[in-house]
Amino acid sequence: MYVKTLIFAVLCCVASAAFATPRIQHWQSASGAKVLFVEDHDLPMLDVAVNFPAGNSFDAADTSGVAALTHHLLDLGSEGMSEDDIARGIADIGAQLGGSFDQDRASISLRTLSSTLERDRALEIMARVIQRPQFRGEVMSREKIRVIAALKEAETKPENISDKAFRKAVFGTHPYALPISGEVESVEKIFVQELQDFYSTHYLASAAVVAIMGDVSRAQAEAIAQQLTSRLPVGAAPSALPEVARIVASEQRIAHPASQSHILVGAPGMSRSDPDYFALYVGNYILGGGGFVSRLMNEVREKRGLAYSVYSYFMPMQKPGAFQIGLQTKKEQADEALRLVRKTLADFVANGPTEKELVAARQNIVGGFPLRIDSNRKILEYLSVIGFYDLPLSYLDDFTHKIEQVTVAQIRGAFARHIDPMAMATVIVGAPEVEAKQEVTK
Amino acid sequence: MLITRFGARDMRVYLLGIVLLFGATAQAEVFERTLANGLKVIVKEDHRAPVVVQQIWYKTGSMDERTGVTGIAHVLEHLMFKGTRAVPAGEFSRRIAAAGGRENAFTSYDYTAYFQQLHKSSLPLAMQLESDRMQNLLLSPVEFAKELKVVMEERRWRTDDNAHALLQETMMATIFQQHPYHHPVIGWMSDVESLTVGDARAWYKRWYAPNNATLVVAGDVRAEDVFALAQRYYGSIPRRSMARERTYIEPAQIGIKRLVVKAPAELPHLVMSFHAPVLSKPDEDWEPYALEILAGVLDGNESARLNKHLVREQQLASGVGAGYDSFSRGPGLFVLEATPSAGKTVIDVEAALRNEIAKLVQDGVSEEELRRVKAQVTASEVYKRDSLFYQAMQIGQMESIGLGHRTIPLMLERLQAVTAEQVRKVAQTYFQDDNLTVATLDPQPLSGKPKQAPQGASHVR
Repeated sequence: MYVKTLIFAVLCCVASAAFATPRIQHWQSASGAKVLFVEDHDLPMLDVAVNFPAGNSFDAADTSGVAALTHHLLDLGSEGMSEDDIARGIADIGAQLGGSFDQDRASISLRTLSSTLERDRALEIMARVIQRPQFRGEVMSREKIRVIAALKEAETKPENISDKAFRKAVFGTHPYALPISGEVESVEKIFVQELQDFYSTHYLASAAVVAIMGDVSRAQAEAIAQQLTSRLPVGAAPSALPEVARIVASEQRIAHPASQSHILVGAPGMSRSDPDYFALYVGNYILGGGGFVSRLMNEVREKRGLAYSVYSYFMPMQKPGAFQIGLQTKKEQADEALRLVRKTLADFVANGPTEKELVAARQNIVGGFPLRIDSNRKILEYLSVIGFYDLPLSYLDDFTHKIEQVTVAQIRGAFARHIDPMAMATVIVGAPEVEAKQEVTK
Repeated sequence: MLITRFGARDMRVYLLGIVLLFGATAQAEVFERTLANGLKVIVKEDHRAPVVVQQIWYKTGSMDERTGVTGIAHVLEHLMFKGTRAVPAGEFSRRIAAAGGRENAFTSYDYTAYFQQLHKSSLPLAMQLESDRMQNLLLSPVEFAKELKVVMEERRWRTDDNAHALLQETMMATIFQQHPYHHPVIGWMSDVESLTVGDARAWYKRWYAPNNATLVVAGDVRAEDVFALAQRYYGSIPRRSMARERTYIEPAQIGIKRLVVKAPAELPHLVMSFHAPVLSKPDEDWEPYALEILAGVLDGNESARLNKHLVREQQLASGVGAGYDSFSRGPGLFVLEATPSAGKTVIDVEAALRNEIAKLVQDGVSEEELRRVKAQVTASEVYKRDSLFYQAMQIGQMESIGLGHRTIPLMLERLQAVTAEQVRKVAQTYFQDDNLTVATLDPQPLSGKPKQAPQGASHVR
């Protein structure tokens, strides 16, 4: 059995080292947009995403929700097309128009068959949605009401209440503290003009990052990128985000009738360009990112049965996003679980991982690399992220090598530089036996 | 309903538009062989990336439980990670992780499944571990007691503190009087609390056998190699005599049912569930295919009827949905749901949904709507080939509910053949009050103080 295992281990390493990463082509479109393209004809389909620095961190605090509503309304009416025309046009050819939205990035994505008829029609609609949106008053009024209803609903859910309080505690007055879709009061203040202004200052050709993956040629991809960006607004890039400040320890306990307490612990973490990125990534895998084999999972769930889910992660953003530990447990044992989380974090930051843990983490992340790029959808997202955050084009080629180079000392150093266990924000929603809304600073 | 060992997973895989369908070309690469011990092995070759997924599907789910021990199927799923003689507790996950793999498991009413996704060179490891726990599970009382606590936390998180999940659970218990779909997959809390390690042992012994399982392997492999590996790792596990599957005939519903769930929330919600047939003879039945298309016409895309009429035009609802599941071991449901807009009530949205039904029955659907839904079916057949996991999942599901994976290409053909008149006909046949259960969420304030106005009483028009 030993021999067999050894052989598998060797085979595995050889195989992943030899595994080819997709060849990324890169150029700047005449419009000024940045383009990343992977040509792949295995499946008769095409995936495209266009990304803009137009996430909700570009909102002003008193009108937060403008960025999200602008993104949301893009496919609800364009020049010459009603929302229904767009929806039917896309559905008639079996295409899928979607998007994603976070603090940094607003993106619009398309999946279509690559046969000429379908592809051309889908891209024509997408081009219009991105470049000729019409923010119609009646559509906006209706969607505002829906957004406000959803916000009010979210205010009753422990996971949303804790998330909102946590953001505030971690980011203070930084725009990363703003709720993704705004607040009830701020959304009420949004009108068509705000959306038009936000669109014309943030959906800029020069800031667009176009990702194209699938069954088209280089020449076709060039034409597509131009088609999707040549009529975008032109202007100066919005001013850069402020720096994220360090925080001091805080603890909030918020009453809620749920049977479980929802606990979040964290602080500002790392940016996409942080030199400690890989050390923190590998370290976090060991601490709470590695599913069933992490320290937090082992201590909280496997040894004591205190929670169904417990995790930690770094959200790498343009500026340092959150480092966050989360779990849910029945109220009576919330304090026990919280003590355990704090102790596990403090031990990890003080002593770092063991050599054995590092080897296991490396094996998983390196060995699992092929799973990260085994579909067009996953590769498309890498293209978007690499382009949007200005990561090297060799990011995927270098990935396993960078992971392999991380040492125990680097992880310890990186955590010491970024994470102070004595300066964590803690939020407990559905808190046990303590006055509601009480705020304690330690 | 599908629940996993870790994390939330929205797998409403049966809604049309995301339904897994792949056609004759893709299907040509599916190979199957049954080992002497009854284990059916199905291989889907896909050479796009050097990865593989192994899934083992046991044809046993929560619907095979008896009253008083609900939740045992799902608890056993958790315990499958808790050790054998050769592979101690926690070691399964550690070895898969060390091979770069991802793994998990899920339980539904109809089946229980386990999977690993890895580099193709690690398939032997995955088979070695999976075959070991098919026959050698330890089921220690200490691990059992700890894991039961985890499952109770899971139930609190998933259901007890989730208004919509509570509504769903209460609704299923109301719709089905006798059929075990009456019980939630995760089990009733007091059942879970009183489960014993003996219950787990009995469940494992009764159902975990090669002749009650399907092994699905998809990825950059050769079918012959997989069959040889399967023979090597699973081939020696003895076949077991299986208890005969209990069949249930749910008594015919004899009048409309209504229920209300009060739970902390802001917005009310309404769900209308109609009994509906499921696919049993894929080459003869036509109604399930027509019902799938009907779900697509109502809610298959942004311009589908419910969104267009209720959300966009009439602005009665802030959200709508329609769903139908033609594949299951037990009885089927066609579900319509809506969340009223601010100032509107569940009475308003129920009236609006009934109006949509009346229009369907009276006027049927247009050729244009039909074409649109079929175009989406055709396209999703191509898109699904981008996900190895879902291709394997579709095969495993079809095998586990007894239809077999060859139904997949057949279904695609049959869906394309559905006519507008067939869609009208099934709407007329199944959207009947005697077939209907209406479930309403009556939102309660977090403070526990009584809601200002009785639910449904305010009519702002």
